[in-house]
Amino acid sequence: MTTAAPVRKDRAMELQKELIASYFTRLSRAPQTGAKTVATFVPGNLSELLQCFDAVPVLPEINALQSGMRKLSGNYISEAERRGHSEDVCTYVKCDLGMFDAGNVGPTGEKLPVPDLLLLSYTGCFTFMKWFELLREKLDRPSVMLHVPYQGQGKATPEMRRYIVEQLERVVIPELEKLTGVKFDVDRLREKLALSVKAEDDLVAVWESAKNRPSPIDGYFGGVYYIGPIFTAFRGTQEGCDYYSVLREETMQRVREGRGPVTPDGEMSEEKFRLVVEGPPNWTHFREFWKMFSDEGAVAVASTYTKVGGLYDRGFRHDPKDPLGTLADYCLGCYTNHSLPDRVDLISKYVEEYEADGFLINSVKSCASFSAGQLLILREVEKRTGRTGGFIESDLVDPRYFSAANIKNRIESYLQMVDQKRAAAAGAAS
Amino acid sequence: MRCFTGVDLGSTTSKAVVLDERGETIGRGITNSRSNYEMASQVARTEAFVNAKFTLFRRALSARGGSLGLAEALERSFRQEQYLAQLRLLERCARSELDGARYDAVRAGASKRLDAVFAGMHEDAPLWFLPGANRKSDFFRDLAGTSWQVRAERVAGPGDGGIALLMALYDKAILRVENEAVELGFDANIDPALDRVLASASSDRDACRAAAEEARATVLEDVRSVGTGYGRARLPFPKDRIRSEILCHGLGAHAMFPATRTVLDIGGQDTKAIQVDPEGIVSSFQMNDRCAAGCGRYLGYIADEMNLGLHELGPLAQRATRTVRISSTCTVFAGAELRERLTLGEKREDILSGLHRSIILRAMSLLARSGGVADEFTFTGGVANNPAAVEALRGLVRENYGERILNISPNSIYTGALGAALFAFRDTAREDALAKEAA
Repeated sequence: MTTAAPVRKDRAMELQKELIASYFTRLSRAPQTGAKTVATFVPGNLSELLQCFDAVPVLPEINALQSGMRKLSGNYISEAERRGHSEDVCTYVKCDLGMFDAGNVGPTGEKLPVPDLLLLSYTGCFTFMKWFELLREKLDRPSVMLHVPYQGQGKATPEMRRYIVEQLERVVIPELEKLTGVKFDVDRLREKLALSVKAEDDLVAVWESAKNRPSPIDGYFGGVYYIGPIFTAFRGTQEGCDYYSVLREETMQRVREGRGPVTPDGEMSEEKFRLVVEGPPNWTHFREFWKMFSDEGAVAVASTYTKVGGLYDRGFRHDPKDPLGTLADYCLGCYTNHSLPDRVDLISKYVEEYEADGFLINSVKSCASFSAGQLLILREVEKRTGRTGGFIESDLVDPRYFSAANIKNRIESYLQMVDQKRAAAAGAAS
Repeated sequence: MRCFTGVDLGSTTSKAVVLDERGETIGRGITNSRSNYEMASQVARTEAFVNAKFTLFRRALSARGGSLGLAEALERSFRQEQYLAQLRLLERCARSELDGARYDAVRAGASKRLDAVFAGMHEDAPLWFLPGANRKSDFFRDLAGTSWQVRAERVAGPGDGGIALLMALYDKAILRVENEAVELGFDANIDPALDRVLASASSDRDACRAAAEEARATVLEDVRSVGTGYGRARLPFPKDRIRSEILCHGLGAHAMFPATRTVLDIGGQDTKAIQVDPEGIVSSFQMNDRCAAGCGRYLGYIADEMNLGLHELGPLAQRATRTVRISSTCTVFAGAELRERLTLGEKREDILSGLHRSIILRAMSLLARSGGVADEFTFTGGVANNPAAVEALRGLVRENYGERILNISPNSIYTGALGAALFAFRDTAREDALAKEAA
């Protein structure tokens, strides 16, 4: 007797969409429900802590990338430029400012509220500080800064950790109590952190599934969907745990069936190139950009961008036993807070551990934090791994800086170069 | 004879190279046709095969002890035949344009003027192909355009739309000529060309006829084609027969100068800095992505601004006594800076020298990012034909990297096509070896 293979639905993908939509609905209805809204950044976001105050996060980066994907960012950026922001300013910033000017309508079509508080989690990006300074002026809202020391020397010290915990105790928590009228309950935080750990375990299993051949996931283009819930409002929630458990199960099923990743054009039939990708994606032409890879049978087995909200795959987990200390560790450990040598080290390890054929850097005009030193990274990783590096240039959400023909040309050239070198190496070995 | 071809569809011209069964270049072809990539590919290939047949002809003629002067005459005569074939098509297209309803009122007068224009163009035709004839271009569009304009100006009266009508007809007709297949191949056009040459030849007539016959009888079997260049995705080749121009330029430069380690290609709309290993395999590259400043078109734009021909820029710049610093690498801004400098009384050649330096500075940045300039260094693309650009490059490379051997091939425009042809050759050799192993 034969049994038909179960019809595999991408339940995780549907769940992800539902979660993100529910978040935006909750946010847009905050004025009616009375929930306080707190603007903050993805790297170093204090999701669990905000939940302890029943506050809803506003994530300007997420708003900007959503606007990019919905083809609205170009107009928002123009709006910001009309109001005096130069062409060279980070396009996330301009997109966000322009979105406010254009009525601040979110992806669900509902107007988003002006945040009640600006909680600046500063993790390696100086522009974050300037961004919230501009918002503070524009929106006339109070701001609180959580200053996370940069891991310039390649490690987080106990002093750094203590410094962050003290800021949480003395400034951040009192401000949140004042804003919401809710008393901080450390046990509630512990419960949420315990849920975070579950989701983090599942997410890491998903990342590491890419060590299989073929990889069942795309760890960059597909990866940005996987990080959606945990990087936004769902770390420390049951819904978040449910999503990652379904995602993990589906991914493992793909491994068992020996299937490749799902792309916008369906399942990838043949894995021809395994790549590690450094740098954020372009959002304005996201699908087109992805297709340039998937059409060539190139799959991202690991990426650094998907670690900007936490490097869980290097072992970090939130620790409910040390609730504030663990938040400090989390903030210190985000990818954006790592030095150049650390990034070289991480990319090289990814290349080796995931048996990548090469690595590709998407250098983004807007983001000096990411782009500064990327060519040095390229050379150093090439030297260490012997694998070929590629370099393309685009932008986050400014559609003017995505030249499809040129980028496609570079990607194709790069992949052919990888192929040629691989063939030469195979020839030499035989 | 088994042949391998490479086709490079560029933004300005399309090029093709034919290799023989040993991988040696026997033919090169080029066209400026841009209206349609498929047609451009076909024309470039036809030209390369014609060129290959002439290579065979010269070999056969030498073997028979014939004078190579005769080969040169035959080639000119053959070009004339090709020109006439296209001229006949041009005439058909122009007349059919005139049949359009919009010309009803002027048709009778215009038709007579067309008669006179074409009669004149037929008179002009042989002059283009005299030994040492002064041609600014070898492309039909340019030669016929010049001839048409001269003749049209002579016959156009004030009525019936005058010169404007005739020029409009030309513009329409030449577009159609560039999009229609016309037989320009060796086998179809060699006989009348040969008759014309032999009519005035004093010796080697039999050798010449036999050599032409031998060349015609040799079947050039196109075993495999590989396409590259901007239009490569439009080529009617399967995907595995298409290679990026980065790889093709790397391999082509390696084939021309085997000690090449760094390649700089400045083409019409992109600049590429490529590092290759001792086998010609690309190890890294950089190219302009977000902006085309500093490409060949920059010089084209400047030439237009100064009302000069593109080929006049370099020699003029070389007469500079000093180099005016041009700060902008943006083509449009550089144009503005140029006008400002002229107003300030700077000399044209000094400004031009600065503009050449500025385009090369841009290339130096790409070179640096790709890994620097290693020895030997090969410069390709249309800008490599510009002596002032070469001089600026030589100086800046010496300043930044020390002495480097700088290679520029007279056939540098064919570098990409040569690389593509070599890929075709290597791919086939590999497949043959695998088949042998399996057998």
